[in-house]
Amino acid sequence: MSSKQMSVFRKRKITYIAAFAIILALYLFSSLITEFHISEGVRAFPDAVMWMAEKLIPDAKAFERFPKILEKLFETTLLSVAVTVIAAVCAFFFSLLGSKTTRLNGIINRLVRMIASFFRNVPDVVWAMLLMFSFGQNILTGFFALFFTTFGLLTRAFIETIDEVSSSSIEALNASGADFMQIVFQAIIPSSVTGLITWVLYMIETNIRSSTLIGILTATGIGYLFDMYYKRLEFGSASLVVLSIVVLVILIEMLSNMLRKVIQ
Amino acid sequence: MQNYTISGGSEAALSGVLNTSMMEHRRNGKIRIKSHSRSNIAIRILICGLIAVTVLAFVTFDYKDIDFAEAITATLHNIKTVFIQPRLERDTVTGVLYQLLVTFCLGIISTLFGAVLAFFCSLLCAKNIAFPVMANVIKSVVAIVRAVPTVLWVLIFAVSAGLGSVAAVIGLTFHSFAYLTKMYAEAIEEIDDGTIEALRANGADFWQIVFQAILPASLSSMVAWTFMRFEINFTNAVAMGAAAGAGGIGFNLFMAGSFYFDLHEMGFLTYVVVIAVIILETFSTKFKDKVK
Repeated sequence: MSSKQMSVFRKRKITYIAAFAIILALYLFSSLITEFHISEGVRAFPDAVMWMAEKLIPDAKAFERFPKILEKLFETTLLSVAVTVIAAVCAFFFSLLGSKTTRLNGIINRLVRMIASFFRNVPDVVWAMLLMFSFGQNILTGFFALFFTTFGLLTRAFIETIDEVSSSSIEALNASGADFMQIVFQAIIPSSVTGLITWVLYMIETNIRSSTLIGILTATGIGYLFDMYYKRLEFGSASLVVLSIVVLVILIEMLSNMLRKVIQ
Repeated sequence: MQNYTISGGSEAALSGVLNTSMMEHRRNGKIRIKSHSRSNIAIRILICGLIAVTVLAFVTFDYKDIDFAEAITATLHNIKTVFIQPRLERDTVTGVLYQLLVTFCLGIISTLFGAVLAFFCSLLCAKNIAFPVMANVIKSVVAIVRAVPTVLWVLIFAVSAGLGSVAAVIGLTFHSFAYLTKMYAEAIEEIDDGTIEALRANGADFWQIVFQAILPASLSSMVAWTFMRFEINFTNAVAMGAAAGAGGIGFNLFMAGSFYFDLHEMGFLTYVVVIAVIILETFSTKFKDKVK
């Protein structure tokens, strides 16, 4: 082996060691700040798994409650789809204003991106608590809390998708004198619709998981059901809630994978 | 679209030209300008389905006779209080920033653990280097772990580990691990098979293949995914503080919002989180560009 080849391997080795050292330092600092000790974590882990194997098994009482769980699960699914669809419609119009390819106006462009960034980055827990004051224990609390974050996320994703796929076809239509609506319907929608739908399907999946969290905070939906059983220490019923969420999420994941394959 | 109304012999000539081309005509003679491929039909059905589910959702929701106008006015008033008049009353700025650091560190630890575990696991389930049976088993287990919402993992671990950083880290790690395993495995599967084959032909062992072929080829996309996950974990750590008592700035938010009902303080904390996330996003975009 020549010395040049050796130096490549040595360089690689040094890079790996340096990266490892930085990561280790980062870990040590973080564990100091959060008072997390790995020994505690390692010790807690087997206990937790043992406890899960022992207690997190649906009992007879849990199956009696199964219809109620299914009802809430159905409601959560409908909520996630409805939120995502409405947010997607709003985000689409917004992203037309924010996309560079439509060349509407530089200031509007930047403003739209800022608004989207704001909605995306305000945590959904803040929206949930804020809406709790005015809407109370209502399904609309969850709806709006999920709506704001979904809207922000989808606007950014849609802008990126539109910018990526449709610049050349827009240019062609622009050159042949098409107006704004013609460009939207003949260039932007046909070329980006698959990408947009992929994002919508992804957000439906994400929103089902997020709505559990929102439900715990706002005492609605499937999250509330879990929280109630959990706080009453009825772990059998709580575990059935977890299991049904798992089945639902995996079903939706499979369905959207299938749809993605068909539409591509 | 206008109909073609051309008289005389030129009609026959023109239609002959048109018919030999790829164009299809509708029954009334108009040219079909939209393709009816399988994917277009699927997209149309999917969109109709989604709209139908949305309508069904709004019809079946239990609104509990809420006074909509009143609720909206109250919401707007609260939004104004939170975002226009943020004020810190119960804590010092240093205290809040320290809590932000705690949340940040929770995100770092869980991302690191998740990344290390996911790296080894992805070696076992990437199709091009692992045994097919084992790959499928691990991928299914990981899909199940990923399907459980993070907050449920944290609450489940909190029963035996107690509320606090241990439960939060384990809970956040679980979901990160499952997410990153999928992403890393996909990154490894994209590697050119020739590189791995060449090393194998030269008699390299498994770890040599990992460190000399897989890691160099997929490192940049792995780093990009890890950074993206860190952003998600930071947001999740805020949520876990609020919903599962995991500490950090999320817990402050929860106390301000659900215990003291202090919207001004909630606004201040929200701005701190938003600014932190935007800085993180900018940094991570720059970093990703550099790695690429």
